[in-house]
Amino acid sequence: MKSSSHRTFLLLTSLLAGYQVSVGIEGFTILPITAYTISFGVILIAALLIYILGIEVLDSPIVVIVSTIIPLSLAVGLVWQHLASVRTSFLILAIIGFLAVSLTRSFPMPNKLPIIAIALTHGIAGLTIFLLPIVLSVQGAAKPLFSLVGIGGALIGIVGLLLSSQSIGKTFVPRDKVMNLFPALLFFTTALFVAGFAFR
Amino acid sequence: MSNRDSIPTSKLAMFWSLTKPSQSGLLLSTGLAGYMSARCPVFNISTILQLSLSLFLAIAGSTIMNMWWDRDIDSKMGRTQKRVTSKGLLTDKEVLIAGILISVIGIGWALAMDWLYGLVVFAGWFFDVVIYSMWLKRRTCWSIVWGGISGAMPILAGRVLGLGSIDWIGLMLALGILLWIPTHTLTFSMKFEKDYADAGVPTFPSTYGLAVTRFTIAFSSVLAAAAMVIAGIGIGMDWGFLRLLGVLSAGLLILAAAMTFNPTERVNFGLFKYASIYMLAAMILVVVEVI
Repeated sequence: MKSSSHRTFLLLTSLLAGYQVSVGIEGFTILPITAYTISFGVILIAALLIYILGIEVLDSPIVVIVSTIIPLSLAVGLVWQHLASVRTSFLILAIIGFLAVSLTRSFPMPNKLPIIAIALTHGIAGLTIFLLPIVLSVQGAAKPLFSLVGIGGALIGIVGLLLSSQSIGKTFVPRDKVMNLFPALLFFTTALFVAGFAFR
Repeated sequence: MSNRDSIPTSKLAMFWSLTKPSQSGLLLSTGLAGYMSARCPVFNISTILQLSLSLFLAIAGSTIMNMWWDRDIDSKMGRTQKRVTSKGLLTDKEVLIAGILISVIGIGWALAMDWLYGLVVFAGWFFDVVIYSMWLKRRTCWSIVWGGISGAMPILAGRVLGLGSIDWIGLMLALGILLWIPTHTLTFSMKFEKDYADAGVPTFPSTYGLAVTRFTIAFSSVLAAAAMVIAGIGIGMDWGFLRLLGVLSAGLLILAAAMTFNPTERVNFGLFKYASIYMLAAMILVVVEVI
């Protein structure tokens, strides 16, 4: 499945993510720069690999782990910049969440631990990315358009849930539909993030 | 864009296909990036134009000479059977004359512009045509090292023209290309292993096996990425562009690791394609950095 619209969306996504890594996060401190570089870097490489290998690459079991990195590192960057009082605790929580997802996906687990780990980690990271920029915008601590990051967070949360649900065998939306929508969703998510950070 | 498998019908199109426009274009882009990396007055249209034409002609000339020399083995390999030289659509004499003529114009023009630049361009041509194709290609799989050195010459030549001398950054950029080339050519030789065996051309997979070849690809990818990042630091590349280069290098390393530990045809193809995108992106970053 390699339509020209998919390719266009993926190419634009990688360009936007590349812009964000190189230009869009200038001026931040080291940890947020590292966190955002990881999240947008993963988006960039993922978009390029899907562009080269086709959308079927999303069937790989490693996608669950990779799709956890993006919201987690983004959430860490946002919390580190805007919630100084809980930044270290959140960083530790994010590391534990990532390890939990990685370990429960790497070794066979007979119980529901893998699903719980994914749901909790994605839930916490997704809610942080969704709520924090919107709350900051409403409070006047950031410009109104910074809330676009939150909308992007909601979108990537949906993308993450759809992908994870496919991987763990609980399909809310038919597989073909998810695969068809994925390049466009990834592009709009990235565009919203980039725009939100530009107007911060 | 013409179909790669289609056979050109007009004489001009036949000669054009001999130059392998995509490959020559990619090498030319490294030459331009090398020139711009010197942070010389890059908007000197006359110099840029002359650099582009002389380098393209020298690269195209060496490519034509290779095709002329390898026409017998090309006709035995499925991948190259449709080339105009393999199909006999142009006579051997026509191809040889075109190769010599274009090479002489390209190298002569380069020498006239700057003797050191011309010397590096000539070295690239010599390593490619004489050392790689004529001497070593049919004898040893290690010939790719000389092919790689030849492929690394355009970026060095470009930097030499901009700088007027050979410096460590130019050598590091050339090393980056030299180490990147196995990622490209060895994955290719794995994919078309039977073709090369039919033609009697020794390759890494046929000499050392697939596992060693995969490890070589992974190892050279790591070193290529490191060389490009070091060269980027040497050029004084902006911190943001270095971050981006680091991210792109990480992608190369991840694919190389996947190819070593979990080799599949898909990963092999992915690394082959990604390596090209990586190098093109690295060259664009060098150019954008200067602009």
